[in-house]
Amino acid sequence: MVAGSIAIEEISKELIQSRDLGVTEEGERLIELQIGPTHPGSGHMRIRVWVDGDIIVRCDPDIGFVFRTIEKLSENRIYMKTIPLVERPSLLDTTPMTIGYVNAIEKLMGIEPPPRAKYLRTILAEITRIASHLYGIGILAIFLGHSTGFMWGFGDRELFVELANQLSGARITYAYVIPGGVRRDMPQSFPDNVEKALRYMERRLKDWYKIFLNNPVIEDRLREVGILRKNDAVKLGITGPNLRASGVDFDVRVADPYEAYDELEFMVPVAEEGDAYARTLVRFEEIKQSINIIRDALRKMPSGDIIHPQIARMFNPLMKKIYEETRRVKFPGIFASLKPPKGEATARVEAGRGEALFHIVSDGSPRPYRFRWTTPSYRNVILFKYLIPGHRLADLPAIYGSLDYFPPEADR
Amino acid sequence: MASQQPQIPQQRLALGKALEELAARLSEHLKGVATRVEADKRSMVINIEVDRSRILEAAKILSSLGFDHVKSLTGVDYPDKGVIELMVHIGSYSRGLRRIMVILRSKLDRKDPRAPTLTQIWPSSEFQEREAWEMFGIVFEGHPDLRRLLLPEEFEGLWPGRKDFEIPTRKAGEVEEPWK
Repeated sequence: MVAGSIAIEEISKELIQSRDLGVTEEGERLIELQIGPTHPGSGHMRIRVWVDGDIIVRCDPDIGFVFRTIEKLSENRIYMKTIPLVERPSLLDTTPMTIGYVNAIEKLMGIEPPPRAKYLRTILAEITRIASHLYGIGILAIFLGHSTGFMWGFGDRELFVELANQLSGARITYAYVIPGGVRRDMPQSFPDNVEKALRYMERRLKDWYKIFLNNPVIEDRLREVGILRKNDAVKLGITGPNLRASGVDFDVRVADPYEAYDELEFMVPVAEEGDAYARTLVRFEEIKQSINIIRDALRKMPSGDIIHPQIARMFNPLMKKIYEETRRVKFPGIFASLKPPKGEATARVEAGRGEALFHIVSDGSPRPYRFRWTTPSYRNVILFKYLIPGHRLADLPAIYGSLDYFPPEADR
Repeated sequence: MASQQPQIPQQRLALGKALEELAARLSEHLKGVATRVEADKRSMVINIEVDRSRILEAAKILSSLGFDHVKSLTGVDYPDKGVIELMVHIGSYSRGLRRIMVILRSKLDRKDPRAPTLTQIWPSSEFQEREAWEMFGIVFEGHPDLRRLLLPEEFEGLWPGRKDFEIPTRKAGEVEEPWK
């Protein structure tokens, strides 16, 4: 009997020691909770939190559940085949990513697309930005138990997905941007349809403010929750709306203009509070600015080619005929054996969630020697570790939703 | 439109000049620390190459000049030269410098790549260093929490970011049978 009880004691001791049960200074035990990786509130990630009562004292994000090794895969593919690949991780916000990757190739090759192609790229990028923000807001709404916001977000998003479909021929993954231009011109009915959708969205935004932003329950859940101070945001290298909600007016579209952004009129919304509410507000204001950009771009749209003359010169007669009649680019052979000269190029873009950075090292072969890509969600994931501790467990979904974090984008 | 088009090249020209001036100023600040300071006008970046032992020193100088966050930190593998290049993209959120990025580079020995951690200077590099360690095996000395970030905890084998890592493949229809 005695021997048996010792064995039980030893086993229980071993069990307790082998598990990470931290103890607070007062000698109380912390409880470790695992949220995810298949929890509807966590996305494809695991959040390990240690709670004291219901106060979170430590948070450890565990990402990588949808890791796709895109950087490594691109080293084994020709340049063109990586274009659809960079769209996959951030499925809601695909065009800015392809623009960044293609810009890096264009810098290596030393070519610049014609103005009309730049404007078309800009318009599609802004359409996806609106769609991406509506998705983010919808997800935040369902995290807070506001199902109407979820349904409205996804319903309104459909409009912009449809617009992108009309322009590029695909709903989500467009692969519209190619080195030297875009794949096809906009259809004739496109400007009218855009105007209709933008007017609808403007009307709808007023309803959004009524039902969501000025809703006392939402305000209670979001105001003064997850406050990110300006200094911390800079120190942690946060990017996108999360940074601008903390009072830093950094936007790549203004800081390092690409495509047609230096010719278009828009503002960069900035808030000072840095809390979850400010982050949501900034995203709403960005939708308004994207509407302005699309209108301005359609007004100033120049006529002319949509592909660089150096590439158009390589069209065979049939391709030329198709291009002239339907304004669609059939890929000439150069795209299969695209060999940018030796060298390195860096490009950056402002995607829906913030700054994405692309760096290509080329050794003169048809495949990139090394392709480095950091996405905004990847840079923002550090916030889980530093922003969430100190809050109550019930605030975790509110903060998570307000960060507009998209796990596949972080994992790449 | 017609009035706006000619402005762009001029703007870029002016920017290129500003970039070169900044590179010249940086090379003065980094005298004796950096082996190469070079402006890349095409990408609007300044390449700074330093010796492994001088990484921290260069980082401190850059940080004091206003470069306040790390945008990317990674390695580039050159097996022929026996070198892994540490490549750090550093940016700034302050008004005067936001247009420009600095790439801090340092060549590390491929057999035993070691570098001092930059987390003390730029906390934004914490997760990026974890990724660089699991992909390239670069050991960041003094890093507070050097664990795997993207790969599974039980992952074994070579460093997957390096060139000699082959992506495991199997034929169509072939089933992995871990139970055998």
